[in-house]
Amino acid sequence: MELSTLTIHELQRMLREGETTSVAITESVFKRIEAVEDKVHSYITLTEDLAFQQAEQADRNMQSGRGGPLTGIPIALKDIVCTEGTRTTCGSHILENFIPPYDSTVVRKFREAGAVFPGKTNMDEFAMGSSTETSYFGITRNPWDLSKIPGGSSGGSASAVAADECIAAIGSDTGGSIRQPAALCGVVGMKPTYGRVSRYGLIAFASSLDQIGPFSKDVEDCAIMMNAIAGYDPKDSTSVPAEVPDYTRFLSKGIEDWTVGVPKEYFIEGIDPEVLDAVKRAMQVVEDAGAKIIEISLPHSEYCVAVYYVIAPSEASSNLARYDGVRYGFRSREGRDLMEMYKMSRSAGFGDEVKRRIMIGTHSLSSGYYDAYYKKASQVRALLRRDFDEAFRQCDAIIAPVTPTPAFGIGEKMDDPLQMYLCDIFTISCNLAGIPGISVPCGYTKSGLPVGVQFLTGHFEEGKLLQIAAAYERHAEIERRRPEI
Amino acid sequence: MEFEPVIGLEVHAQLLTNTKIFCGCSTRFGEAPNSNTCPICSGMPGVLPVLNKKVVEYTIKMGLATSCHINNINTWARKNYFYPDLPKGYQITQFAEPIAEHGYVDVEINGNKKRIGITRIHIEEDAGKSIHDENQPASYIDLNRAGVPLIEIVSEPDIRSAEEGVGYLRRLHEILVYLGICDGNMEEGSFRCDANISLRPKGQEKFGIRAELKNMNSFRHVHRALEYEIKRQQYILESGGHVVQETRLWDEAQGVTHPMRGKEEAHDYRYFPDPDLVAVHLSDEWIEEIRKTLPELPLAKRERFVAEFDIPLYDAQVLTASRALADYYEEIARKSGKPKIASNWVMGDVLGHLKEDRLEIDESPVSAHSLVSMIGLIEDGTISGKIAKEVFEEMWNTGKEPGTIVEEKGLVQITDTSAIEQAVDDVLATNPTQVNEYRQGKEKLFGFFVGQVMKVTKGKANPKLVNDLLKKKLSEG
Amino acid sequence: MKLSREDVEHVAHLARLNFREEEKEKFTLQLNDILVYMDILNKVDTAGVEPMTHAITLNNAFRDDEVLNSVGVEKILTNAPDRMGGCFRVPKVIE
Repeated sequence: MELSTLTIHELQRMLREGETTSVAITESVFKRIEAVEDKVHSYITLTEDLAFQQAEQADRNMQSGRGGPLTGIPIALKDIVCTEGTRTTCGSHILENFIPPYDSTVVRKFREAGAVFPGKTNMDEFAMGSSTETSYFGITRNPWDLSKIPGGSSGGSASAVAADECIAAIGSDTGGSIRQPAALCGVVGMKPTYGRVSRYGLIAFASSLDQIGPFSKDVEDCAIMMNAIAGYDPKDSTSVPAEVPDYTRFLSKGIEDWTVGVPKEYFIEGIDPEVLDAVKRAMQVVEDAGAKIIEISLPHSEYCVAVYYVIAPSEASSNLARYDGVRYGFRSREGRDLMEMYKMSRSAGFGDEVKRRIMIGTHSLSSGYYDAYYKKASQVRALLRRDFDEAFRQCDAIIAPVTPTPAFGIGEKMDDPLQMYLCDIFTISCNLAGIPGISVPCGYTKSGLPVGVQFLTGHFEEGKLLQIAAAYERHAEIERRRPEI
Repeated sequence: MEFEPVIGLEVHAQLLTNTKIFCGCSTRFGEAPNSNTCPICSGMPGVLPVLNKKVVEYTIKMGLATSCHINNINTWARKNYFYPDLPKGYQITQFAEPIAEHGYVDVEINGNKKRIGITRIHIEEDAGKSIHDENQPASYIDLNRAGVPLIEIVSEPDIRSAEEGVGYLRRLHEILVYLGICDGNMEEGSFRCDANISLRPKGQEKFGIRAELKNMNSFRHVHRALEYEIKRQQYILESGGHVVQETRLWDEAQGVTHPMRGKEEAHDYRYFPDPDLVAVHLSDEWIEEIRKTLPELPLAKRERFVAEFDIPLYDAQVLTASRALADYYEEIARKSGKPKIASNWVMGDVLGHLKEDRLEIDESPVSAHSLVSMIGLIEDGTISGKIAKEVFEEMWNTGKEPGTIVEEKGLVQITDTSAIEQAVDDVLATNPTQVNEYRQGKEKLFGFFVGQVMKVTKGKANPKLVNDLLKKKLSEG
Repeated sequence: MKLSREDVEHVAHLARLNFREEEKEKFTLQLNDILVYMDILNKVDTAGVEPMTHAITLNNAFRDDEVLNSVGVEKILTNAPDRMGGCFRVPKVIE
């Protein structure tokens, strides 16, 4: 059994009992990286030296009894969280050589927990995309089928976990960027409630939607990761000063007497029959586990993509104004004056999708259009949130598909932005409402591509969310396949 | 046709906090470039702002001191524009829901009170500094000032003359400094002012086309710039021309305003709510708590001094020029029980010496307590007013208590009638000619005799006794 | 067409972006596609609905007015494309 294929909780037991060492786990992970990274390309930057230093330190800490649940565990970081001393590119040419002078709060927490950082994972540029194809550093391939995309924007983190190039990973989710690639790569991915995990040091895409969350090989690992990253941070005004429970306590509780809602608006035309099948089987499993399934309505669902693609680009257009070639990042040397320097640096530094969204956002906020776009979308967003508030009065959790289709082919949607945006149709509303959501593997298509099922709960109910995800995982007994790369 | 100026002023005041508005960097002025910066105020990727509570408290103080309504909910917006000293590409400010609105201050112009409305007071962050190189096509960016907390105070277009404008500014300045929330230093840019100014025919309701004036770095500049601009616009209108809506810079050296160089871009700041900052909810209790900490404001203090201490308005104005001076005076007035004498000493000797030595009132070598003792010595006849001047001089130079000085130098006043009588007799005896002339009606000589007696007694004789005795003796002959 | 080519040029200027001629064409078409899709929002009656600007409702997140040690000039300038004398250097604004 290769160590790199194991879960956090399995490795933790072995480390505690002295059956293995962090150095051995890290060696196994880098051996695997060496074997498959050329084909998959999960990482933008590998930090092997740092990882082994951390592993050696972790082993010393374990020996002296100072180990925690993540001590010595290789965790990959999406290249959107700032790491002091390690370049952080956000998938963009404009930050190609940017070395942050500070750590993001999640990274600081992982360092303090004794985790090992194998590297920074690939992503759509500034997290804008659903396929990891907009990265300046090349595409990432789906480990289950190298001709397919891994999803996005956290595609590298998803593929790294799926391909055993790390034990778990961190991603960020603005409109589905954790859950969608988790589903397409057959791993667990969770977006916590907005405000549950500090955004300090997370390079902003859309600040009112962004949230950091874990990728893992099973639900238990997801709970362990959440224990490590959740909690109030005085450096993030939007993080919530509330107690964080021990999430692993929810895993064995079961869902007898729960009511689980199925939003009728999510079963639309155009959803792939194999995906639909897998999700319907998942509903059956939930029912078999003792829950009652009811139909619910989220009446404003059809507007979520439009709302999202006004609000997220609006915020992004402002968030990305700081990339001006003055203090850090790429600067064009051709500009003769300041205006030319700005325009040439930004035009050469950003890729097409980023520019498209900056343009949409700038237009949506501009004089004469604000009310029709940004304000209108923010009002519809309030209605979308009300839909969920209403729904959670009737049910404990919601079950839904994650994506309308399994992983699609590389290049398939690159020329049709709108079609690409519609990939996020089932994941976006969760970000708009601020609620937590999780994607759990629920089967495979005939051609062997993974499919995920999504659970959603009310604000700050990550405990319940993990409870239903764990109950589903136990009862579903999905055969645990590994991708052949 | 007679024209009437319509002026509105926008004041930016830097708040006297220890740290910047959204990060823990120091706000100290004059440090090496970029030494007071961090990832947050330099706009690094991934950073987030956290609001300095003191900024909110200080602004509430200003709102209350200018009779504003304090909004219970206020929110943050981003003002988007590109400039190299604006690190994030947007300025965090308050837009839709500012912290304070609908206030006013009363200004006195030539003895007439005039109320000038305040439209709003909002909080925002300052930008950094661009230093332009004269020799190279380059600018240098120092972000020490980026993120320093400012409040913007916007007046109603209620101002009708340069005097009123300056009067209003002085009043705001005075309040800010009194509250201890701004150092008021105009040269370092802690207190800056822009003006909107237009002219309209007298009696007309509608405003004329306005120019925006910038670059006025002192009250004098503001006064001169407004006067110049009123004349400039008047000339244009009288000769049938049209005022252009534009931004103009005051040129102090030439005493004129120039249009800002180059084409002004039509700004589109794309304001929208800042998702990184949460709303500030101000409970009525919190606002009341802050209200309780407000010091007595200059205008109220002035009126109270006139009423309570029976001193002229002018004196009250001088004595309330700063909170520290007013406190100094008030302590002396109360403890000595002689407010008028106290005001003479403070306005004359204390302020004179301070000015000479370039000291502030809180650096005065003569404490209020010492001055009270000195007035006590005069009142109980221990020293004369004349000796007191000498004592004060010594107090100023040595910091010693007046009692000690009087004792060390033997300056105790002679109140022994026989000793003075002796001196009077001696003076009259040695100056027979003058005595004769006096008795023949040359009463002006009385002063001469007083002077001679004082000279003989080294100034220590009680002047009242000297007068009485002299009058008696001279009329006896 | 929601946006003309001139509109696209104006927005690009506001955003400090340049496009080549053929890019302008493509962006104009794509942006119009997206904006037409956004029209779906006009179907929703939002009269009296308070805009939702934050995912969750929080208020009063403050810090105390205490100085934290600066990270040092070098760390702030280390990523600068051009610097001199402790400052960031940029091309001059031409007016």
